[in-house]
Formats: sequence, structure tokens, C-alpha cells
Amino acid sequence: MPKVLKAEGMNKCIGCFTCMLACAGVNRQNHSLVKSAIKVRTSGGLKGKFVADVCIACKDDRACAEACPSGALEIRAGGGVLLKPEKCIGCRRCVSACIVGAVFFDEAEGKPIICKHCGVCTRFCPHECLRMEAVDNAV
Amino acid sequence: MLYEKYIRVLHIDLTKQKILIEQREDLHAYLGGVGVASKLLEEHIRPELDPLDPEQPIILSIGAASSVYPVITKTVAMFYSPLTSELGESYAGGRLALTMLLAGYDAIVIHGKAPKPSYITINCNNIEFKDARALWGMMSDEAGRVIREKEPGGGKRSILRIGPAGENQVSFASVCVDTYRHFGRLGLGAVFGSKNLKAMTIIGDRSIPIKNFKAYFKVYQEIYDKVTDTEIMSKYHDAGTAINVLPLNEMGALPTRNLSQNRFEQVEDISGEAFVTRNLVRKMACTGCPVGCIHIGQFRREFDKGHDYESVSVGYDYELIFALGSYLGIRSSDEILQLIEKVEELGLDAMSAGVVLGWATEALANGLVTEADTLLPLAFGSTENYLKAIEYLAAQANDFYKNLAKGVAKASEIYGGQDYAMHFAGNEMPGYHTGYGTLLGTTVGARHSHLCNGGYSVDQSLKEFSKEKAVEAIFEEERERCMLNALTICLFARKVYDRKTILAALNALDYPITDAELTAIADRIYKTKLRIKKQLGFDLKAVRLPKRFFETPGLWGKLDEQTAYDMIRMYDEKLGAYCQIVDPLL
Repeated sequence: MPKVLKAEGMNKCIGCFTCMLACAGVNRQNHSLVKSAIKVRTSGGLKGKFVADVCIACKDDRACAEACPSGALEIRAGGGVLLKPEKCIGCRRCVSACIVGAVFFDEAEGKPIICKHCGVCTRFCPHECLRMEAVDNAV
Repeated sequence: MLYEKYIRVLHIDLTKQKILIEQREDLHAYLGGVGVASKLLEEHIRPELDPLDPEQPIILSIGAASSVYPVITKTVAMFYSPLTSELGESYAGGRLALTMLLAGYDAIVIHGKAPKPSYITINCNNIEFKDARALWGMMSDEAGRVIREKEPGGGKRSILRIGPAGENQVSFASVCVDTYRHFGRLGLGAVFGSKNLKAMTIIGDRSIPIKNFKAYFKVYQEIYDKVTDTEIMSKYHDAGTAINVLPLNEMGALPTRNLSQNRFEQVEDISGEAFVTRNLVRKMACTGCPVGCIHIGQFRREFDKGHDYESVSVGYDYELIFALGSYLGIRSSDEILQLIEKVEELGLDAMSAGVVLGWATEALANGLVTEADTLLPLAFGSTENYLKAIEYLAAQANDFYKNLAKGVAKASEIYGGQDYAMHFAGNEMPGYHTGYGTLLGTTVGARHSHLCNGGYSVDQSLKEFSKEKAVEAIFEEERERCMLNALTICLFARKVYDRKTILAALNALDYPITDAELTAIADRIYKTKLRIKKQLGFDLKAVRLPKRFFETPGLWGKLDEQTAYDMIRMYDEKLGAYCQIVDPLL
């Protein structure tokens, strides 16, 4: 069964950013936070709450894929999309199409950063803010 | 610099508003962190001038593996301390280390004095000097808010700022880093103030490809699992360092009412457990640390009649509970949080603030000073008075507070009461009256901090006391921590980062290094610090400890003055021989 990432325990988040460092490290082989497909941030300075901006694995309609003019975002089983970088022209339409603000843009590469729901961030979350959920949907 | 064979140093000249970047291969011999900072301090310090002279440098430095492995989260600041007129060294967590790494600087050296109140913004391809005249006089948190809203880079930046105490150059003013962390001790805030530097923001926006992913990630996972599976998670995350209040009280090592007592009769109400029950609302972490030891407590304040309340959140830790709690006879967790908030917004070191007020309270009771000096009937347990006194201190409201703002050593030289002015070579005491280990460790420690060598832990672990063994243990720990601090590892994780782990971590970053080299680096750093101290006129033989250390019993009962001085002499002799051994590399 395919799995999708759920960031439902953010009330437990301590803001260690380990999920981001792990995502950037494993998926982009980079030490920089800006390469991560999940972004933990505070709303209103450090005294505000931690929130996670990350793909919520849209199922029926995927606005990012609809907006893509070159077919670079393919439907992912279980929800969300997969980026085919060779087809991507770097137009950023997916970035503005995502209503939850979960598509980021890698300025150096000229391509969007798309969460592929691999679960690496959940493995490195020390407080169970993030988890993978099995979903029964096939494409 | 990560994956490079040099240390990248950013020099900022506030007077001329110019910068200079150096790539120093020679600094590799100091590893990073406190090593590089000590060397840069030695190069740039002006011993003949006042610690607050514009010519004095501020050094910030991170380590060779900062932020790329768990719990390597600290940045070291080194400077000429206005409090002790001696080596200034202080550590802060938060996001600073990661942002320095991603801005592309291993070390930052700040020179000169801005012509008017200013703040600096730094990122990987720009540095700007900005007008802070309107921020001058603002509380630390308010200044942070203004900059946060005005400057870009949210989420990947760090904001350092001082409060009015730093602007007014109180000798133990602190620098707040990212709301909940601080360069607390030894007066870096005053040095910022002396340079007209209200704040700094560093944005980490560089990309750093991982060089050898497989090797790196294997070591990363091992360390992550070690950190999250071992007891440091439970000890520092659960109730946090505040959990030490009750055991230290039980041991008879909790400094109470200016150390006239070693136990506090109302300790239950200020214990870690009390904070958990009544105040704890949140825990947070420095960037890259899965532990999350930052504990946030909340209290309710009535700001107007007619049931008008606000809730206030502040960070707390053991040291603050000791200094602004038992040391001042404060009887509830809510009142301690109020005092912490006051110290926080004005930008003072909480430990020094508590200890100077403890002395002032007793000096008033003994008639060394009058209420015309203190402006208030200072008395143990009176939170209202202490809240006001902290404001007077930050503002240096009259001659008495001006003198108090120089620290307890200098104030007691003027007014008397030196026997109960509780400091080590000018630095106000930490919250451990455990025994000879603390006395020796804090006296000989390079910066007179309990964290130099953990003397309190030597007191608790030595089964049978022996002068020789204690001296040896403290020397070894002081030396080893030079290496750990060169890597800027949070000392809470010191047991995770044994030599084997450090070597594996560095080697996986393509940083070839051996165990023997780590030892040589530790020696090189320790000796550099000792040279700076000597240059600034520090002499261990001249240190005098206040009598009260020997009157109020500690963990081992009453301490013998002669034994303590014997141990200091033994350590000094050991250092004499140690410094004779020449470093073959230099």
C-alpha cells in the first residue's frame, strides 16, 4: 500500500529542524535547509507555534500538476506528485498553484522542490510530529 | 570551512563600515570554535587598553562539524571581559551556528565602533550596516521583533541583540540569541554596547553539497540514534536542568540567601517538579538538536484592576532558578519567572544579577550601605523590590548601582563585605556549592565558569577525596573541553561525542585527523588561552576566595581554606610544567 506523510503532531514540535536537515541530506545530498521539501517555521517569531509547510498529498485534484505546462509532475500513487526533472522547465507555476504553500523553488537548480513522501523526515523526528500513513488508493 | 582546507574569517570594521575576508590555512591547527577564536583573540586583543575600548575585538566562531551532526549547536564568543578584566568566553545555541555555516563564515571578528547606534545584517553575499538609533533603549525582545519584521530570511536566520543593560555597559550584560538562548556570562552585551552595536542578524542561505553522502549519513544516523536512545534525552528533555534543584538541595549544595545557607526550606515550591506542574508550557530545541532542552514556563500577570491579565512566557533552567530563586530567597516558581523576564528584557546575565543582588541585600542588612544607596528596602524573598532593583542596575540609577553594575568583586572592594561577595576571580558564583572540586574548578577554569571543567561533577563522582586526584581530574577535563569546544559540541552531549565518535564524524566529512592530533589541538588551545590570561595579568596565586565558601557547609561538610589554596597552588605548579612543553607545530 502506498504511504503519505502526515504532519499532524506539530503541537509536539521542538523546532530542531532535524527533519529538514535529513530531507535535504538524503534527497538532495546537501547540508542546506533551503533544499528541504518540508519546511518547519514559526508563525510570529520563536514565541509563536511551529508549523510544517509540506505536501498534503492531494488525491483527486492536484493543482500543481494541473498548472504544470510540460507534464513534469506525474500523479503519485496514494496522493501527491512526483517530479520528472528532465521534463521541468522551471516556470514556477506549480509553486503559485499550491494553495498550502508546500512547493518550494530551488533557485540554484531552477527547479521546484517536491516532496515524494519517502518518509525520511519521520525517521528523524524525535517527537512523533510526523508520521507515514498507509493509504489504499492506487492511481 | 566545511570540506575546505582553510578557516574563513569575516572581519567587520564598524568604524569604517568595511569588511575583509581571510582564508586562513594556518588556523586549521586550532580545529575551529574556541581554538580559532582564542587564536584570533590573541592576535587582535589590546591588553593595554580598557576592555570596553572600541579597539577591542569580538570574535564569534563555529566548529569543523557545526550543525551537520546532531547537537553540535554552539557558537563561541571570545572577548576581553569587562567583568573580570580577563579572558571572556561564552557560548550560545539557537540558530546562530547553522546560519554562520550557511552564510559561509567559520569566524566573525568585529572591530571598532559604529559612529551611531547600528545593527548589521549578514548573508552569503552581502553585509549591510543599518541604522539602529530608534532601537537604542528598546528592550531586547522588542528590538528582536522589529528586526524580525523588517529583515528577510525568516526561518533560516539568527538574530542577536542586546537590551538597555548592554547599551549602558553593565559589566555583566548579556547578548540574547534567537529569543531563548544567550551569550550570558562575562559581559559580551557590554562589549556590543561599547561598539554601538544593538543587534546582528545572520541569514544562512548558501547551499553546501554533501561530499561523501554514504559515509556521512552512516555516521549521522549512528549519532542521532545514540542521542535519542540514551539517557541525555530523558534527563535534559523531560523536566530539564531544573530537575537538579531538589537533589542539590538534598546534598546541601544549593546556594541559598547569598550562600548563608546550603539548603532552602521552601525548595519544593521552586523545584523542577514545581515548574512542571505550574508553569511548563513548551519545550524547544536549538537547530540540529533532537533533544530539545529549552523549557518555557508561563505565568499570569495582572496588568490592571478589573481582571485584566496577560500571560507571559519565559525560558528557565537550573542556573536561573538558583540565582534568581534560592539565592535571593524567592519562594515560588511564578516569582522566579517574573525575575527571569525582567533580566531577559533588560539584557543581563541572570547568574551575575542574582549574585550581586544577594550581596547587596546582605550589605544593606549589615549597614555597609544604606537605603539611600539601594533606593529600596532590599530583603530576601521580596520579589517586588528585586524587580525594581534589576531596573536600577540596568540603568545604573545612582552611584551604588553604578558600582554594583561592575560586578560583586568591584562593588565589595568599595563598600566592604568581601567575605560574602561570592565570586571566583571576578565572575559571580554558579549554583553549585558542592566542595573542593567546584572551588578549584571554577577558580582555575579559563573563564571561571562551572562549565570549564565541571568541578561540581568531580565532587560528586570522587569516591574518596584526594587533592592530587581532584587536581588531575579537573586538569584533564579542562583540557579535553578545549577540544570539545573547538568543535562547539553542546556539552550536554559530551558523553555522546567520545573520541571514537568525533574521529568518525570528522573523517566522514573528509577531514582527516587522528586521536593524537585531537590531543595536540586540545593542548594548543589550552596554552593559547593561558597565554592570553597571562598577558591580561591573571595570576592564579593572587586569587582570593571569599570566606563564606569555607563557612557554609557543602556536600562534604565545611571546607578547609588551606586545602583549597593548596589545591590551587598544586594546579598552578602543574600549569607551570605544562606550559614548558613546547608545541612542535608552532
